[in-house]
Amino acid sequence: MAARGDLPAWVDIGVIPLLNLTIALVVAGLVVVIIGENPFQALSIMLNGALGSLKGWSYMTYYATNFIFTGLAVAVAFHAGLFNIGGEGQAYVAGLGAAMAGLGLEFLPWWLVIPSAIIASAAFGAFWAWVPGYLQAKRGSHIVITTIMFNFIALSLMSYLINHVFRPLGKMSVESRAIDAGYIPSFRELGRMIGITAPNTPLNPVIFLALMSAFGVWYLLWRTKLGYEIRTVGANMDAAVYAGIRPQRIIMITMAISGGLAGLLAANEVLSAQHRLVLEYVQGAGFVGIAVALMGRNHPFGIILAAMLFGMLYQGGTELSFERPLISRDMIVVIQGLVILFMGALEQAFRPALLRYFARAGD
Amino acid sequence: MTPAIELIGIDKRFGEVHANNNVTLSIAQGSIHGIIGENGAGKSTLMSILFGFYAADKGEIKVRGEPVKIRSSSDAIALGIGMVHQHFMLVDPFTVLENVVLGAEGGALIGPALDKARAELNRLSHEYELDVDPDAIVGELPVGLQQRVEILKALFKGAEVLILDEPTGVLTPDEADHLFRILATLRDQGKTVIFITHKLREIMAITDHVAVMRRGELVADFETAKTNVEDLAEAMVGRRVLLRVEKGPSQPGEVVLEVKNVSWADRIGVARVDNVSFNVRKGEIVGIAGVSGNGQSELLDVIAGITRPKSGDVIFEGKGVGQLADPQYLRREGLAHVPEDRQHRGLITSFDASESGILGWHFEESLGRGFKLDRAKVIARGAEEMAQFDVRPANPLLKSAKFSGGNQQKLILAREIGSNPDLLIVGQPTRGVDIGAIEFIHRRLIELRDQGKAILLVSVELDEIRSLSDRILVMFAGRVMGERPGTADERELGLLMAGVSKDAA
Repeated sequence: MAARGDLPAWVDIGVIPLLNLTIALVVAGLVVVIIGENPFQALSIMLNGALGSLKGWSYMTYYATNFIFTGLAVAVAFHAGLFNIGGEGQAYVAGLGAAMAGLGLEFLPWWLVIPSAIIASAAFGAFWAWVPGYLQAKRGSHIVITTIMFNFIALSLMSYLINHVFRPLGKMSVESRAIDAGYIPSFRELGRMIGITAPNTPLNPVIFLALMSAFGVWYLLWRTKLGYEIRTVGANMDAAVYAGIRPQRIIMITMAISGGLAGLLAANEVLSAQHRLVLEYVQGAGFVGIAVALMGRNHPFGIILAAMLFGMLYQGGTELSFERPLISRDMIVVIQGLVILFMGALEQAFRPALLRYFARAGD
Repeated sequence: MTPAIELIGIDKRFGEVHANNNVTLSIAQGSIHGIIGENGAGKSTLMSILFGFYAADKGEIKVRGEPVKIRSSSDAIALGIGMVHQHFMLVDPFTVLENVVLGAEGGALIGPALDKARAELNRLSHEYELDVDPDAIVGELPVGLQQRVEILKALFKGAEVLILDEPTGVLTPDEADHLFRILATLRDQGKTVIFITHKLREIMAITDHVAVMRRGELVADFETAKTNVEDLAEAMVGRRVLLRVEKGPSQPGEVVLEVKNVSWADRIGVARVDNVSFNVRKGEIVGIAGVSGNGQSELLDVIAGITRPKSGDVIFEGKGVGQLADPQYLRREGLAHVPEDRQHRGLITSFDASESGILGWHFEESLGRGFKLDRAKVIARGAEEMAQFDVRPANPLLKSAKFSGGNQQKLILAREIGSNPDLLIVGQPTRGVDIGAIEFIHRRLIELRDQGKAILLVSVELDEIRSLSDRILVMFAGRVMGERPGTADERELGLLMAGVSKDAA
């Protein structure tokens, strides 16, 4: 005889995220005021920087590609009741797979190197998430703790490898040599081949891989037996055991899938945008994935929209920091943090009021 | 004389659900007033309003003639209203004394309060036959005594009116009798008791008046002496119901399930199932009676392949399957399992009904080839199950949580019986299910038996065990205390349930 009812679906997946976003923006606006800038000007510069030109759109979509991968990674794990905070580390380690295949298989033609390098990215990311999955399933170590720890292990491991193994002798910047055979050209370069002028941005065909992954995740979760088992484990562990599903197995498989998705970020960055393995190239996209998944309600379609939104914030934020040097790019991190706070921690904050409103409206 | 409690025109809505519709009820001082009704009839809501958990949308409450506003449970307690919840609100590692004082510590130091409480507790114990050792650790007490601690707690806080919500669900018949004696004493000393239950027999045994609720409305308020079980049942359900299941004699065939010396111990090594052996044959219902928590649940888990026995074996259709512990294998071999805990195991409340309708059977090729799960087929299967067992509303896309307990249970039964099993193991088939659905479920189980299927039934409702079973096993402390025919009388079974065995002597 619970007093709480349900909200209409469009409120749940539409109004609540927007309300939370608006409040995050208002609070961020207050921070801008404290810094001494005009928040409305700042907002207009941001929106214009992202949406005002084809180049802006293109950059926004390039950022969104990363966020789709990491958002999907968080969402898949979430459906199994697991909170994968390790997208950052999984994507970073995936860069190792991308670089090893991209640099090591140079003797092969590009149409073999690129798929191998993409698969290697996913495999390395999958492994880096499978280990915490194993520890959770077999040892009961909490996945939140282990995936956070694994971010730090990835950081140290990759710093060492990039510095001491991948960096060409005598080179000052901490990065590998350029990946040539496995390089995925940007849309600008592809367009030039056929005589079309695309804006000069790193946007590349990996966006299609991201969209396909989103569809794949939807199909997996709602149209396969494995997906049914994943959701059952996430919704109700006891019911899963009753149904003869082995949660330990599902936890490990799900984490591997989750890490594999995060790992695909390496295809966008290492194989294309940077076309080399650069120190700390993930740049927080793994964490943005948490906000993206929360905002997108852990649904692939919502994640695409939320990833675009965050892509917009990133692109707009970059423009903003050019135009108003007082506001650094960290402002975006503040907004991102506020969104996580309102979407995650305070998600229920507006629910009771909305419930009351809709209960009254229903009478 | 002024009534102890008057509820006047109480109205309460939860969204679309009209939980209490203009309920007016007067409860006389020094009486035991039963409130009976199906699940979801609004009994608990009404009492929650009286105890300050919910605020009524409309209506008035008078205590001893005075209009009052009850905004919280502390308001209720201050007005002399005490409540014993279905699920006890006790702190297990604390002593009885500490639990009783909880919420009435009266100062920074606990010492004086405890001393005062000890004296008061002694007085109450003598006055009302409520003997409990004040220094015993609550977690170590049997359930019946824990309930007494709850009653003492309420009396200690000065309760003149005591509300008991489904108090006998966890008790043996013997403990229930003792509870009834306590309640009678309380009444004779001038206290007022409100007794919520869905068991008709208890109403007849103990109450002076009985109010019947149906769909949020108070449909009848009888003097208990002037009514009978049939009239009460009719008032509850709104139509005539068959309280006894009609069934012919069983025609048992070959053995389907054999449980051989099965033992199972929990993590700290306590034997929860202790050397249990029995068999179930085709065309019969074997009932396992016992007070909740005496190893029945664990035994069911072992048979269903959910847990592996520590020793012994389960032989299903000639194959030793106990050590496999593989529920999916067992399902493929023809075992169906209706779990005891429908909400936490039998279905997934956040899934839609059709998805709950394939739980445990999702691996079947008929639902999609290989790794695929064909949504259209899942929905079709759900719709078929709902039609077969008259699940309402018959909407396979509705969330499982939105169905009433009875309809959830029917969905689970449809899923399990629909698999055409050789053996059905079923735990608490009618727990929290309304009377109308109970009748339906019981008939279906008998039908299944008459089709020559084997059924193993576990229930804490002795009436249910007696009316359905062809043979009855009684479990106590993990052991089978004895086997009796389906016609065994209640007293005899009650003794076995309490661990008293003539067989052992």
